[in-house]
Amino acid sequence: MNTKSAPLTDTYRHAPVGHHENDLEKRLMIDIRDVHKWYGEFHALKAVNLQVHKGERIVICGPSGSGKSTLIRCINRLEEHQRGDIIVDGTELTNDIKHIDQVRREVGMVFQHFNLFPHLTVLENCTLAPIWVRNTPRAEAEETARRYLERVDILEQAEKYPGQLSGGQQQRVAIARSLCMNPRIMLFDEPTSALDPEMIKEVLDVMVELAEEGMTMVVVTHEMGFARTVADSVIFMDQGEIVEYAAPEEFFENPKNERTREFLGQIL
Amino acid sequence: MTEHHQPLPDLPPPITSTGVIGWMRQHLFSSPLNIFLTLLSLYVLSIIVPNIINWAFIDANWTGTDRTVCDANPNGACWTFINVRLNQILFGLYYGQHADQIWRPITAFIILAGLVGLLLLPRLRFKAWLGAGVLLLYPFVAFALIHGEWLGLPVANSSQWGGLMLTFILASVGIVAALPLGILLALGRRSEMPLVRAFSVTYIEFWRGTPLITVLFMASVMLPLFFPSGVEFDKVMRAVIGITLFQSAYTAEAIRGGLQAIPRGQYEAADALGLGYWKKTIFIILPQALKISIPGIVNSFIELFKDTSLVSIIGLLDLLNMAQTASRSIEWKGYDVEAYIFAAMLFWIFCYGISRYSQHLEKTLHRGH
Ligand SMILES: Nc1ncnc2c1ncn2[C@@H]1O[C@H](COP(=O)(O)OP(=O)(O)O)[C@@H](O)[C@H]1O
Ligand SMILES: [Mg+2]
Repeated sequence: MNTKSAPLTDTYRHAPVGHHENDLEKRLMIDIRDVHKWYGEFHALKAVNLQVHKGERIVICGPSGSGKSTLIRCINRLEEHQRGDIIVDGTELTNDIKHIDQVRREVGMVFQHFNLFPHLTVLENCTLAPIWVRNTPRAEAEETARRYLERVDILEQAEKYPGQLSGGQQQRVAIARSLCMNPRIMLFDEPTSALDPEMIKEVLDVMVELAEEGMTMVVVTHEMGFARTVADSVIFMDQGEIVEYAAPEEFFENPKNERTREFLGQIL
Repeated sequence: MTEHHQPLPDLPPPITSTGVIGWMRQHLFSSPLNIFLTLLSLYVLSIIVPNIINWAFIDANWTGTDRTVCDANPNGACWTFINVRLNQILFGLYYGQHADQIWRPITAFIILAGLVGLLLLPRLRFKAWLGAGVLLLYPFVAFALIHGEWLGLPVANSSQWGGLMLTFILASVGIVAALPLGILLALGRRSEMPLVRAFSVTYIEFWRGTPLITVLFMASVMLPLFFPSGVEFDKVMRAVIGITLFQSAYTAEAIRGGLQAIPRGQYEAADALGLGYWKKTIFIILPQALKISIPGIVNSFIELFKDTSLVSIIGLLDLLNMAQTASRSIEWKGYDVEAYIFAAMLFWIFCYGISRYSQHLEKTLHRGH
């Protein structure tokens, strides 16, 4: 992962061509306004507001069960919110399946447990969606997939099945699989917490590189080193609410909220 | 990290508790009662087995063209009968009487075996296309050969089909036609649309609650009621329709089991990539679910293969009934034991073969994890 010659993503592709917008004011990519979510009786998200601009990196942390997964899964509609608005790159998430498909095409997601397709090879995992969702010709999709697999340093495993790879390798494949769809936004839900300690770095390295190239990222993680070096803002969630929202220096040196301090005391 | 305690390897077990001797000790001679039962069984076997071998092989009659040989030597099995009536038992009445046409079902079978063999080759390119082609075209080839007429061959009316060939046709058409229906029903049963789900559940539970023999009976009595009078509805066709509807419910349940075993993360990953319902189902969910369902589907296929004997209720003669019919003809009256043994042997060979193949399939489809 030391070759910095080619970028990890085709960032320029996303330049808003002909978009009449002030270049200084970054484009709003994710707009979450007063969102509530219930699981039956259980109030999982309470009046959540969050704005993420193009190229911004947001890290979300908080105790288990605080609603971190629920929140980022609402961004690509793996979970449905009941109140408030979620607008992703100009598309509002409603029950309209067209809107949902539109958003999912633009938003990549990496899961805690990788969720690779075990019956497909690594290469097939990476080409399936480009071919069948974006109608990319197979040869082109494979070329793209090989390029990303090379960038996450796993090209030599392209013909293997996910079950034959280590956790760290699988997670890097999962990242490559998402990138093959050329997403404008990447969501990460605890991407390293199912990994053995010695494999965490290889995954974080890929994520840092992605961040350096200007990808808009929302990352749920407890890797505070990653938050410090990469994040533009860090969010602390507790009991379905955003309790603290600050730049990393501020967040770590001078947390305003008592619960944040308690939490940081436990994990740092 | 705490230091790991390294246990010493276990000592090898004493010689008398392993291997053949150990096994026999443990399973056959572990208590006085067991010793007694073992010896008793051995005694009974020593009386029966030689008798069976004598009857079936040593004293058996193999030659001749009519019953005189067998009648002269009633202590041995009369395989002469099977030999003489083989065509009838394997292919039914028409081919039993037209030995010069027997090449037709045989050719159909050889073509099928060749195609299936080809499909079993590992790393064959365009396998899916070839498989689809076989599935769509082969039935017409087989029909043209076995039924005749189309290629200017003499007609072998389907009411004259029978024996192993009929068993084979009913079971394989049944399972192949039931598979797509079963897949749709299984998906329907898990659908989020209440109407679709209700229909699937009702359908599946209706057919699962009805014995095949009733289904066949209804197919022969009731199907004609739905069609204008005078339309002669082919008996084999009726049986195939009844069997397919029946079998699809069992296939659906086997596949539902497979669907339930797919982790939620697979659906979520497919959703997150923007795959719609059908693409997600076809490329991600079904390939994994069908693999898990193979044992269940094969089991119900084996059951179906044996249950085809029930078509005798609508006057069709499958392998078992054809063997029985042959043994009741005037020429061979009294040799039904041979007929049943022969039919049982063929059933066993096929069912065992299918079962072994499914085990093999599960192994080759198993990937990592
Ligand atoms: N599908 C669900 N059904 C019911 N409750 C759920 C479901 N998913 C999550 N929850 C509950 O919502 C809360 C937040 O869950 P989650 O967003 O997964 O938390 P986190 O990711 O911060 O650990 C938890 O209390 C959890 O039990
Ligand atoms: Mg979570």
